[in-house]
Amino acid sequence: MTKGTGGGSLELRGITKRFGSLVANDGIDLEVRPGEIHCLLGENGAGKSTLMNILYGLYEPDEGQLLIDDEPLVVRGPRDAIAAGIGMVHQHFMLIPVFTVLENIMLGEERTRRGGLLDHARARRDVLDISRKYGLEVDPDAVVGGLPVGVQQRVEIVKALIRNARVLILDEPTAVLTPQETEELFTVMRALREAGHSIVFITHKLKEVKAIADRITVIRRGAVVGTADPSDSEAELAALMVGRDVRLTVDKPPAAAGAEPVFEVRNLTVLDESGRAVLDDVSFDIRPGEILGVAGVQGNGQTELAEAILGLRTATGTITLDGARLSGRTPRQVLGGGVGFIPEDRGHDALVESASVAENLVLDLYRDAPFGRHGSIDVKAVQDNAEQRVAEFDIRTTSVHAAVGTLSGGNQQKVVVAREMSRPLRLLVAAQPTRGVDVGAMAFIHERIVAERALGRPILIISTELDEIFALADRIAVMFRGKIVGIVPPETSRERIGLLMAGAHE
Amino acid sequence: MNRKIFDAVLKGPSWLVTALAIFLALLVGALLILVSDPEVPGKFGYFFAAPGDALSSSWHAVAAAYGAMLKGAIFDPGTAGSVTEAFRPISETITEAIPLIFGGLSIGLAFRAGLFNIGGQGQLIAGAICACYAGFTLHVPGVLALPAAIIAGIAGGAAYGGLVGWLKAATGAHEVIVTIMLNYVAYLLLGYLIASDAFRDPNNPQPVSKPVLPQARLPHLAGDSLRVNAGLLLAIAAVGFAWWLLNRSTLGFELRTVGANQSAARTAGMSVGRTQIMAMLLAGGLMGLVGVSQVLGTANANNALTQQIDAGLGFTAITVALLGRASPVGTVLAALLFGALDAGGRAMQASAGVSIEIVTVIQSLIVLFVAAPPLIRAIFRLRGENGGTNTLAAKGWNG
Repeated sequence: MTKGTGGGSLELRGITKRFGSLVANDGIDLEVRPGEIHCLLGENGAGKSTLMNILYGLYEPDEGQLLIDDEPLVVRGPRDAIAAGIGMVHQHFMLIPVFTVLENIMLGEERTRRGGLLDHARARRDVLDISRKYGLEVDPDAVVGGLPVGVQQRVEIVKALIRNARVLILDEPTAVLTPQETEELFTVMRALREAGHSIVFITHKLKEVKAIADRITVIRRGAVVGTADPSDSEAELAALMVGRDVRLTVDKPPAAAGAEPVFEVRNLTVLDESGRAVLDDVSFDIRPGEILGVAGVQGNGQTELAEAILGLRTATGTITLDGARLSGRTPRQVLGGGVGFIPEDRGHDALVESASVAENLVLDLYRDAPFGRHGSIDVKAVQDNAEQRVAEFDIRTTSVHAAVGTLSGGNQQKVVVAREMSRPLRLLVAAQPTRGVDVGAMAFIHERIVAERALGRPILIISTELDEIFALADRIAVMFRGKIVGIVPPETSRERIGLLMAGAHE
Repeated sequence: MNRKIFDAVLKGPSWLVTALAIFLALLVGALLILVSDPEVPGKFGYFFAAPGDALSSSWHAVAAAYGAMLKGAIFDPGTAGSVTEAFRPISETITEAIPLIFGGLSIGLAFRAGLFNIGGQGQLIAGAICACYAGFTLHVPGVLALPAAIIAGIAGGAAYGGLVGWLKAATGAHEVIVTIMLNYVAYLLLGYLIASDAFRDPNNPQPVSKPVLPQARLPHLAGDSLRVNAGLLLAIAAVGFAWWLLNRSTLGFELRTVGANQSAARTAGMSVGRTQIMAMLLAGGLMGLVGVSQVLGTANANNALTQQIDAGLGFTAITVALLGRASPVGTVLAALLFGALDAGGRAMQASAGVSIEIVTVIQSLIVLFVAAPPLIRAIFRLRGENGGTNTLAAKGWNG
């Protein structure tokens, strides 16, 4: 094993990987210099993760060569990769939830004393060393399952460093992080760079690329389409990544002023199992053609708000839409009453991954004409509907009969959006409408939401992405610990909203 | 219940793996035939002196046993003269397959709704009790007696299954535990009833119920000497109904959605509890038809309830449904295979002297091998279904 903490250089030459007829990587060249943060930018499904799995020995390339410190390297499995000084932090963490941080870090690299006893003391010392050196704060004795995702990610990084990783691969590390946690990660990444480590940072988020990258390689449909500089504009990066010009701002005519609110929420309260108020006396109105954006750090009652409106949770208080009471109704009655709902977790709440695109497009519409008639489903109508929606919403799928789970994240989300917007709505509730979605799909979904607004519908957008709130909202409600701590105009500064998100009252 | 189990069954192994599993099970069965043969093991004692002796007697023993099985299950060339005799093996296979079709559909239907129905035994006993009671008490005009008894059987099974669905929806009680317990309840209730005055046949020294009236029995379809009866028509109707229900009805859509993703079903406005109750009502009704085909059909000569009326069909049905991937068409194929093995096994025992237990071993091995596709792929050196290696590691714990 090569020891030492110096940076390694890494080079990929003509890497090609095919899955059946699909070419996931097509002759990819990539060079990572010691002590640089090299950003690999591409949309979901562009082949970034496949490439990194090759590098980590999880897939074998069909063609091409890997060089580390200019020496050819054959990686037959993670063990070879680790021995060569490559460390990887996966998008989904490879941690055992019931083990402590220390146990997880030692796993597979157990330090032993004579007689095969685990040397906890030495491992603990090593962990604390690394954690001090790079500002990676972790408590070695905490049980991993109870830690926030940001901390779990730190554990993964420590795990890689303790194995003397000189090239660190971070696969979409910010997808699960709050803005603050992302900042903390960037600080760690800079410290690692200072120490001479090289980092491959995989992402599709343009702001982050600009903030942290030294050099950028853009891949599209499995091939390198160019390199870019962090000083390039976001629009230039997006165009390179998507292959066409993308609009990053949403055109939005000013809201129609003066109309009476049509959607009213009064004193809405939801208690959790232990009797604690997770949604605490929330009241607000939305006027026709108005978008109310709910901002806040994840877990401050936004989920409960959406679920209470839909009738998925028992709540006290009143909800009225067009003068009719919505509270106390079943989800089926609420949906049937013209409420469109985009849940925040599409895989969990909005889609059946094993079912076809066509079936998912009627998941809450199958009962009524033209799809359901006398308890029977009109397969022709379901298929016609699917073909129409797939064309209208530009859903990329091999067929309307393909399982929705085989689609990319952005296209899955388009299926949900297409379904919820394919009927006349009287209210749209969209939670995290563009989570895990690429730039192209994001712009498209935002345009559709603004189109609903133009039709005079009241819209509630819940998002933890402040950019999204600023792009869409006509008014911004900020949530903190189950309460709305302020409803402010969209001209309000980021700093002011950040303070509200942290609990400062108006 | 672990989602992965449901996904694995519904996706199922490839047809090639299934075929190879059957082949492998027959191969192991052949070994058992050799070991249990009175002469073959002795001849292997002097294998090196005269290997031909041992090999030829092995070949003969296996060929005789499996030959008898084929003759008993599909066609016996020796019967070419008589049409009735030529059809007898097929009639036997179908007769054995009919209750397995009902049972397999029942388990499969519940499975698609995400429910593991271990209560087939209880539901079929409930169905048999109701069908039998209607069959010997209802002195209605001839043409109505049979439909009345059939409906009583379906209703009995449906009520017993529906109870499980209701308990699950109302209290969250796990269906596996509840159905296992209700199996005992039904079994003991049956024992109590066939000894009670209301059911017991006074002319029979054994605790057996009164026989079902002749007009309430399932009529034979191809003459009295062949056992195949009108249960076949019921089975065809049940398969058609189950296919329509699962693939073309709004209830089936709800059922499959609830089975695949409860939380998405709830968010889409479906009532998970109501759907589970409906699934268990329907599964119970289909299991009730197993009871019907037993007591109004072929379980015993005088069409009466006995303590053994279930014949373990509620459990065999689970293996049939697993083999048939919980789909109606797959279930029919699996039931016919098991029916053929049962019918052939009896012929094998009668004419080749090989124990019928071998058939049970073969059936079990088929399911075992089908349930372990990686094992089959390793034995036959097939490529993995997705071509990739180590996909678990690539996806990680949360993938």
